[in-house]
Formats: sequence, C-alpha cells, structure tokens
Amino acid sequence: MSKQALDALAAKFPSAVARTGSANSDEIAWIKRDDLLAVATWLRDDPAMAFDSPVFCTCIDWLDYRPVGRPPSEHWNESKPRFTVCYQLRSVAKKHRIRLEIEVPENDPRLPSLADLWPAFDWQERETFDMYGIRFDGHPDLRRIYLYEEFVGYPLRKDYPKEKRQPLVRRDDLPINPLRPLKKEHH
Amino acid sequence: MGLELSTTRLEDAAKWAKQSKLARIPEWGRKFSLFTYPFVTACCGMEFMSVAAPKYDIARFGAEFPRFSPRQSDLLMIVGTITEKQGPALKRVYDQMAEPKWVIAFGVCASTGGFYQNYHAMPGADQVIPVDVYIPGCPPRPEQVLDALILLMDRIQDGRGHSQLRLKRDAMIAAQEAQTGDE
Amino acid sequence: MADAQSLKQLVLGRKDVQDLSDNEAELPPELMTVNMGPSHPAMHGTVRIVLTVDGEKIVKSDIQPGYLHRCFEKESEYATYTQVFPYTDRLNYVSPMINNVGWAMAAEKLMGLTGKLPKRAEYIRVIVSEMSRITDHATCIGASAMELGAFTPFLYLLKAREWLYELLEKVSGARLTHSYARVGGVSKDLPLDFDHDLTQCLDKIDGVVVDVEKMLLSNKIFYDRVVGIGAMTKEDAIKTGCAGPIARSCGVDYDVRRDFPYSVYPELDFDVPLGTTGDCYDRYLVRLEELRQSSRILRQCLKQIPDGAIMSDDHRVALPPKKDTYNTIESMIRHFKHIMDGIRVPAGEGYAFLEGGNGELGFFVVSDGTGRPYKAYCRSPSFVHLSTASQLIHDHYIADVVPIFGMINMIGGECDK
Repeated sequence: MSKQALDALAAKFPSAVARTGSANSDEIAWIKRDDLLAVATWLRDDPAMAFDSPVFCTCIDWLDYRPVGRPPSEHWNESKPRFTVCYQLRSVAKKHRIRLEIEVPENDPRLPSLADLWPAFDWQERETFDMYGIRFDGHPDLRRIYLYEEFVGYPLRKDYPKEKRQPLVRRDDLPINPLRPLKKEHH
Repeated sequence: MGLELSTTRLEDAAKWAKQSKLARIPEWGRKFSLFTYPFVTACCGMEFMSVAAPKYDIARFGAEFPRFSPRQSDLLMIVGTITEKQGPALKRVYDQMAEPKWVIAFGVCASTGGFYQNYHAMPGADQVIPVDVYIPGCPPRPEQVLDALILLMDRIQDGRGHSQLRLKRDAMIAAQEAQTGDE
Repeated sequence: MADAQSLKQLVLGRKDVQDLSDNEAELPPELMTVNMGPSHPAMHGTVRIVLTVDGEKIVKSDIQPGYLHRCFEKESEYATYTQVFPYTDRLNYVSPMINNVGWAMAAEKLMGLTGKLPKRAEYIRVIVSEMSRITDHATCIGASAMELGAFTPFLYLLKAREWLYELLEKVSGARLTHSYARVGGVSKDLPLDFDHDLTQCLDKIDGVVVDVEKMLLSNKIFYDRVVGIGAMTKEDAIKTGCAGPIARSCGVDYDVRRDFPYSVYPELDFDVPLGTTGDCYDRYLVRLEELRQSSRILRQCLKQIPDGAIMSDDHRVALPPKKDTYNTIESMIRHFKHIMDGIRVPAGEGYAFLEGGNGELGFFVVSDGTGRPYKAYCRSPSFVHLSTASQLIHDHYIADVVPIFGMINMIGGECDK
C-alpha cells in the first residue's frame, strides 16, 4: 500500500523526487531540498495521501561511510553531500508510511522546517540541530535541546570524538580537574 | 604534634576520629533516623522504589521517609547517571543541605560512570561532590543497597563520614588557632 | 471591618487606605517564573520545567529535557549489534524487554530475517514483552497515584511488580536490565515450571488490579484531581505524533500490534481499549485496561507456545553449537569472529517499530556492512509526548502539572536517549 503512495508522489512531483526506493519493506523517496515544503504540504493535505502523523526526524552523517562488500563508488567522498535528513511520516486513515530523505551539503547545512505542518517535528528538529548542526529555516525556536548552551560542537557528527567532555562544574579538590590548569606544585 | 588537618582523607581521619562515649549517642540517633533525598535520575530509580517497597523494606532501618527538600534531609542518594548538564543542579542541592550530611552513590553510573564513557555522562558523581558510600551494580540488587546502608550507618556511628570529619577538622583547627592565639 | 482595613494598611503601607476601592487595593498581578527543577519528586527522571505563572495559573512553560542524555546513538556506533542490547535496556527502563526485542527486530529486518525465526523464540519474545508492559503500566499508575497522595495503590502495584521481577530474573538473570533478546532469537530458554509460576503470578496480579481499581476508580479525591485535566483532542494527538495509551485515550484507534502486526500477534486475541476525552482519567483507565489485556495475552501464549529452538540456525546470526566450537577449527573461528567483529549486517537502512509501553517505539538503523551499526536512532515515544506536555499544562494550575506529567509516562532514559 505504501508503494502506491510512493508512485503517486513520484508522478505528482517528477522534478522534486530525485529517486525512490523500497528497501527492507520501507518506502523511501529522495526529495530535493528546495521542493521539500511543497512536497510535504501536498503529502499532508491531499486526501489520497493523508500523511497526518509524524514519526521521526533524524540525520545521517556519511563521513565515514565505506560499506563492506559494495563497490567503491558507493563510498562517501568529498563530492557527495555529507548529511541526509530523514523524515518518516505515516497516515492514520490509510495506514501507509513513507520516508523522505533530503541530502544536505556540509558547507550549507540548512533545510526548511516542517514544524508548522506537523508540530511534533518542532522538538525533533531541535534535536537534529543539537546533534548534527543542521539549521532549520522557519523553525519557531531553534536552540539546543539535549545539551547545554555552553556546549561547543555537534556531538553526533563523525568527527566529534566520543569521549570529549566539556564539563560545567567540578569539585575543587579533585586531583585532576579539567576545569583548572595543572599546578606545578601540589600540597 | 602536627595534625594533618589539610585533608579529610579517611585514612588520616582514623587518628582523630575517636569519639568519647557521650558523643556516640547523637551519632546513634542520627544513623537510625536518616532522611533521604532521593536524587533520582535513571533506571536505578526503579530499584530505589523496590527498596522502599514492602519486600525489601528500608523502613526497618529508619530511612523510610524521603524528604524532597534538601533543607530537610541529611542523606543524599544519587540514584542513576549524572550528566554534565545535571552537574550544577547536583552541586546546588548538595550545598543546600545542612551539615552533617552523607552521600550515597547508588549504582555504578553514579559511582564511576558505568559503561557510559561519552561526552555527556559524568564519570561518577564524586567529580562534583564527595561521596561516602558507593554501591556498584547496574542496577544494584536491593540487598546490596541495604548492605550499603548498614555500611553507612557504621560509618556514621564511628563519625567517619566526610561531612562529620570536615566538621571535626574545622573544630580542631579552631581549637588549635585559639591555643596558638593564647600563647 | 476594622482589622481588614488595618491589614491592608500593613500590606500596602499607606495611610489613606479607606480611599482605595477593593479592586485597587488588590495586589497587582505580576507574572512569576517558577522552576520545577531537574531534581523534583514529580519529574520522573529529570526534566526541568520553567513555568511562567499568573498566580497559580500557568501562562507559559518551557520544558527542558536532556538531563539524562546518555548518548545512546554515539555509544551504539562503537559497539557491535549484540553489545547494543544493554544500551537499549536502559532506554525505557520500566519495560526493558520491549526495547531489546525492538533492537533485535531492527537488526533482523536489515538481514532479512523478519518472520523466519523459530516459533518458540517469537512466543518467548511476546511473553517477556507483555510482562514488561505490565511492569510499565503498574509503575506508571502507581507512581502517578502516589504523587497525588494515594500511597497504598503504589505499594500494592510495587508488590505486583516485584513478583514479575522475580520471574523475569528467573528467565533472564537480571531484575531490571535484562539484555535478553538476541538478533535471531533469545539468549536463554524459559526455566522449568515457568508456565505454572507465571499463571500463579497472573492470578495474584489480577487480584491486585481489582484492589487498586476499588481504591482509585470511584475515589472522589482522585476523580476530582484527574478528570478534565490535560485533555487533548484527537486531531492534536495525531498531529503531534502521539501513539500508545495517550493517543488511545483520545480516541485514536492505533495499536502497532494490531495494525502492523509483527511476531506472533496475529495468532493472539486481544482488545485495544479506547478512551473518549483524552484527559488524565481516561489515560489511567486505558492503562489499567491494557494491563488486563496483557494478562490475557500472556495466558494465551502459555497455552499456545510450542517446543523448539530458541534461536534461528542461520549461520550469520547464531553462534555455533558448543560441541563444534571446541572440536573444529572452523566453528571456533566463526565463534571468535562472531563475538569480536559482531554480526555482519548487510549495508542499508531500515526502520523497525513495535508497540512499546508508551506507544510506537522504533529503531532506525543504518548499516555499513560491518558488525557495528553506522547509525542507530531510537524513535522514543516519551520524547514526542513530552513535547505535547507544554500545550497540555497551559492554563492549568501548578498542582495539575503533577497528574498530567505522571500520566504522560515520560521515562527519562527513553526521552533523552
């Protein structure tokens, strides 16, 4: 059933849909960034589509992607866009699901926000911004949600080391205190 | 004699933690009437609820009533993972408690960070506040928690909790200065 | 009259108080910012709500999660597929088996093993998931009732939960963080006499549920505190992505077990309770009814469970039998590679979802062909529901935040991942 939704989408927006795919019983449509709002509005308002419920919004960072058992052309290189933002939608009435994937380059990590269409994406887009640094244009309140404001960097990017802490507070008498420079002499 | 007063390390404290017979009575009272502040963050909270529940009753040790205000409690139980974002809140809660106060790090996340070694989970709550008893386990069985509580109660009776030693050390420094002031 | 006047004088500090009308003598309203901090008895786990209140009415609220962000996604990228199971336990820690099964389903989907597992493994997964669902609903109802002052139902439900924890400990080895499911099946078989133990346990739990109902259902105090509080319309529930007991209490008829059935749910017979108004009372009723339905599912499973293998014998996921591991070099190497490198999942992406205690719990996995996931995203229902809390507590009193928050069942580990 979702396959029909995918075909209808491809038929309605032939220029916006870069390609479609059906993998592991998921229906995926790759959408161009500039046409995202138009496509999303149509998906929500069209009675045959009726995608009224949002599921999730996340981002994939392809920096280290070197798939085993696949030709080297599928490995990531500098010419390909670094991020892919995924939106999964579902329909309560029609019971079909679709995933929209939008490729976002690293030098211009912006995307139109879908928070007006589906309120759940408000917080989910904040989370994607917090973790990956993708800016959503038109978002009502884009700020960090999981991490604190003083945090520098976007931790889920592949080039952020896992154990790089940025502590806010430490005890004064800790022998090794990252918040204070090492003294030459200890009492 | 030169007292090693610049530290509250428990090994050094054994020298001057001996109590008179009279001092044992308030400590006995304190250990059997602990008011816990359960600083619950994560999964260990479920085991904390089980410890307070009828089967592994914590009330038989006198520590039943959680006081949800730091001003009214004396045992801070750090239950669950402490993250960097939570650090200032934890420090503030600890500072608001009145002396003498004790801290139990409940669970391995609060003790050393557990198996979370990443940019947000703090490697143990003792990076921020001094901890008296550590309970390993993910989550610890309720029997482990009760064992730790008994251990803490022994510490309280001997006067060797961090806060009690700090108070004692401050009293001794004041006494020493008064003595040198007289001379 | 005289002492009212002198009181006003005292408060306003003026001498010509008799010239003021009653309206003017009232203290001018001023919006106040109140912090329900990250450490709060009613903020399950840790969530900070900064409320702007007019008197006691909430005008604006800013909900700040993230105090328990333990970096599930980043840690998963450095762990093999089997090593991620303990991390998934700690996501929704009141129903950990469901998370384990969800992660196993996600990895199996990418490998093409969905529906090809042995029947016994599927039945065991359903049994432990439903037991976890009972613990989830029992903890939610118990804790919310306690926060409203009803301490006895809390203790009764914890007693019931304790029986289930003992059984789950017999099955998996741990009371709370089981890490029981594996990709391709489950790790250990059910213990002896399990069906006898579970049947006894369920009979006792049914008695406890009847007691709790008697205490809360027609209790005027409880009724007054939760009826009409935090109501949500059906359209809002759909638009904001709510699923699970919260959406069902608004009338949205969506249950993953029935609409997108997975595992052996097509062979089981259960009802999906629906509410009407979507307020806290309906949520409580829906959860209580789901507890009974889980009990019903468990009894059917115990009757229908077949004998057989508990793990798929597909070479890509299963460890070789111990006799071969110790005697042949090929099996030993396979065992070694399986543990050290992890299960080789072919490159691709997939989203597997199931009905968690709170709604649609899903895992979106991107794989690059090695034994470690390239990306493992958990679609957590608590995060989505917490984002609706801001509009739910609007125009309510501060004291209403407690039942609303309790009945959303926001689990900190799942919300903050």
